[in-house]
Amino acid sequence: MYKYDHIDRKIVNERVNQYQNQLDRYLNKELSDEEFRPLRLQNGLYIQRHAPMLRVAIPYGLLSSNQLYKLADIADKYDRGYGHFSTRQNIQFNWPKLEETPDILRTLAEVEMHAIQTSGNCIRNITTDQFAGVTHDEIIDPRHVAEIIRQWSTFHPEFALLPRKFKIAITGSKKDRALVQCHDIGLEFFINKNKKMAIKVWVGGGLGRTPIIGSIIKNELEWKHILTYCEAILRIYNLYGRRDNMYKARIKILVKSLGIEEFKKLVEDEWQYIKDGPNTLNIEELNRIGKFFSEPNYKKNIKSNLNDHKNEKAFGQWLSKCTNTHKNKGYRAVTFSLKETGRAPGDASSSQMRAVADLSNVYSFGEIRVSHEQNLILADVQEDKLYELWVKAKEHHLVTPNIGLLTDIICCPGGDFCSLANAKSIPIAQSIQDLFDDMDYLHDIGDLNLNISGCMNACGHHHVGHIGILGIDKSGSEWYQVTLGGNQGNFASIGKIIGPSFSAEEMPFIIKKIIEVYLKHRNEEEIFIDCFSRIGLEPFKNHIYSKAKEVE
Amino acid sequence: MTSQLIRDKKIIENDWITTELAIVDEIVKKQAGKVVAFKLSGEDYPGTEQVSKTTYRRKGKILLPLKVFLLHQNELKERLANKEIGIWLYTHEEIHNFIETLGDLNQFPIIAICVGKFADGRIFSIGNQLRNKYSYKNELRAFGDVLRDQIFFLKRSGFNSFLIRKDRDAKDAIKSLDDFSDPYQGASDISEPVWKRIKR
Repeated sequence: MYKYDHIDRKIVNERVNQYQNQLDRYLNKELSDEEFRPLRLQNGLYIQRHAPMLRVAIPYGLLSSNQLYKLADIADKYDRGYGHFSTRQNIQFNWPKLEETPDILRTLAEVEMHAIQTSGNCIRNITTDQFAGVTHDEIIDPRHVAEIIRQWSTFHPEFALLPRKFKIAITGSKKDRALVQCHDIGLEFFINKNKKMAIKVWVGGGLGRTPIIGSIIKNELEWKHILTYCEAILRIYNLYGRRDNMYKARIKILVKSLGIEEFKKLVEDEWQYIKDGPNTLNIEELNRIGKFFSEPNYKKNIKSNLNDHKNEKAFGQWLSKCTNTHKNKGYRAVTFSLKETGRAPGDASSSQMRAVADLSNVYSFGEIRVSHEQNLILADVQEDKLYELWVKAKEHHLVTPNIGLLTDIICCPGGDFCSLANAKSIPIAQSIQDLFDDMDYLHDIGDLNLNISGCMNACGHHHVGHIGILGIDKSGSEWYQVTLGGNQGNFASIGKIIGPSFSAEEMPFIIKKIIEVYLKHRNEEEIFIDCFSRIGLEPFKNHIYSKAKEVE
Repeated sequence: MTSQLIRDKKIIENDWITTELAIVDEIVKKQAGKVVAFKLSGEDYPGTEQVSKTTYRRKGKILLPLKVFLLHQNELKERLANKEIGIWLYTHEEIHNFIETLGDLNQFPIIAICVGKFADGRIFSIGNQLRNKYSYKNELRAFGDVLRDQIFFLKRSGFNSFLIRKDRDAKDAIKSLDDFSDPYQGASDISEPVWKRIKR
């Protein structure tokens, strides 16, 4: 993975000093709340319901074991012994003290980490495929360009105060696991007719209040133009994006109002001035960064011993749901579920973090990835060590075999923590997990994404969940709106609202009814989303609302 | 009182008098406390009446609102040649709409941009365009809601002159020009990215 040199270290240290000074001025009342707000946000610091929340960047979801140990230490010393992994592959601490935040940043800097641009109206953490570098369907390792864009976007002077936040995602595989069509800019790498690396550029996608699938602005961009082309898009957005209404300020609104053709024309005109300019990427830099992501020393001729344990059902379930094929024979990528029933989705205790770091040192070259589904991944595990790993990870409650299943819920922190939220989301996730606690039943239901957001900002990606749940506020009480048919990946779609909303108590039973309709209608092996596409919304609607009437 | 003006990393006296727009009864459409003036609305501010009623000093170095300058362009020719005339504009005014009428931007010894609110980052892109797209070489000034924490970014976006908001200390603000020593990306001040400047 990428290692800091003297340049990176200096920037991060200078940032800690700058932030310390900003905080001092705020505490001395030299800065008003309003003036301090954009400054603290650029540093991932929110003022929350109970205490400030600090969001720490995990660039494209990649962590070393040393970094994870440090996060565990921070969780113990400055928080209440746990952290929350977010859908942007970052980690959030919910209980730090404002005065202690510079100390946390100093601690992070020791292990080449920071909280730069994890919030605020600027370019946020670049996200990508959690299986980058190890997946068999990969065309280009997206982490090389992700790191280049990370550096380019860090303290970019022109884009420090955009109309609204700006998110970039990159994929380099046939199957898109990075949601590129749902980002402000989505970059999709491919090999063109001349066998050269090229990029398809998506723009103006996004979730939030107005979910929109992005439009293609450039079918084929030469890789060396990636920074200047992004710069042109961002400049047009910075100049013309709406600033009068924060709900209409994202780039997707600008693209929609101008139309993609007009927007593209503005971008292309602007690009002509900077194309081939100083920020044009060259092969030396691409190779320099690429070296950091070179393959570890994989062992050859690994003898699989999986058959020795084929009678152990729990192991078998875990093997089928929590491990992914690897481009190298004899290896697998292992996902540790942070969705055990009874825990807030995405939360990990400090002891779990240390356990995962330990396990990564023994089994996976000391590296860990965070997925946008809020789980932790060891990407390079030998097949003959899987059983051993499973036994050890089990002690730390990391082997719930529910990856991709109904209870692998994507969930934002919601009304329990977040001051933006209309409604709680974690208790809804927990009540659903409680109701669907039977592993056999869950496996029978099969692949199903259930996503929950506590408000329209859609941090829980509810629009692209096969089943989406959105917390809404109706005259001061909490209600939940259900959407069906959302999807992520190459065939991304936005879910359709099923009808009037439900109370928190009703929610698990509504999910149960949805599942009943699916089980009744599905053809053999047909997963939920395919069944939904075939039969449509009506059967679900009828089953849910007719029953509701009878109860009345 | 000491000067609020930082230019080329020094605090100096401001020798330009800024001409304010005339106050008229014209209704300025406001929404959520901000002047609505973004591309899509097509609204014009300042309006014609306001521009025509604005008066300016007949002598000395003055900074004129862009549209006021355009209105009086002919009678200002001599003073312009004497380097007595600069222009200022709001962040929503699009310079490319006026560029033909304005002619060579380098005839102005100073161009100033008024930023109404700290959070308005359009000023950075305007600086970049003036320096790179329109090759403007002379003094580029930011005024209005200009505070310590923008000026590093303003400097990198091509500004070399900062009129710090009245209630803040310019001596304190000037320190932030050195917040970072080796920025990653090429921008208006240092055009090359760090991987072209320094052996990494």
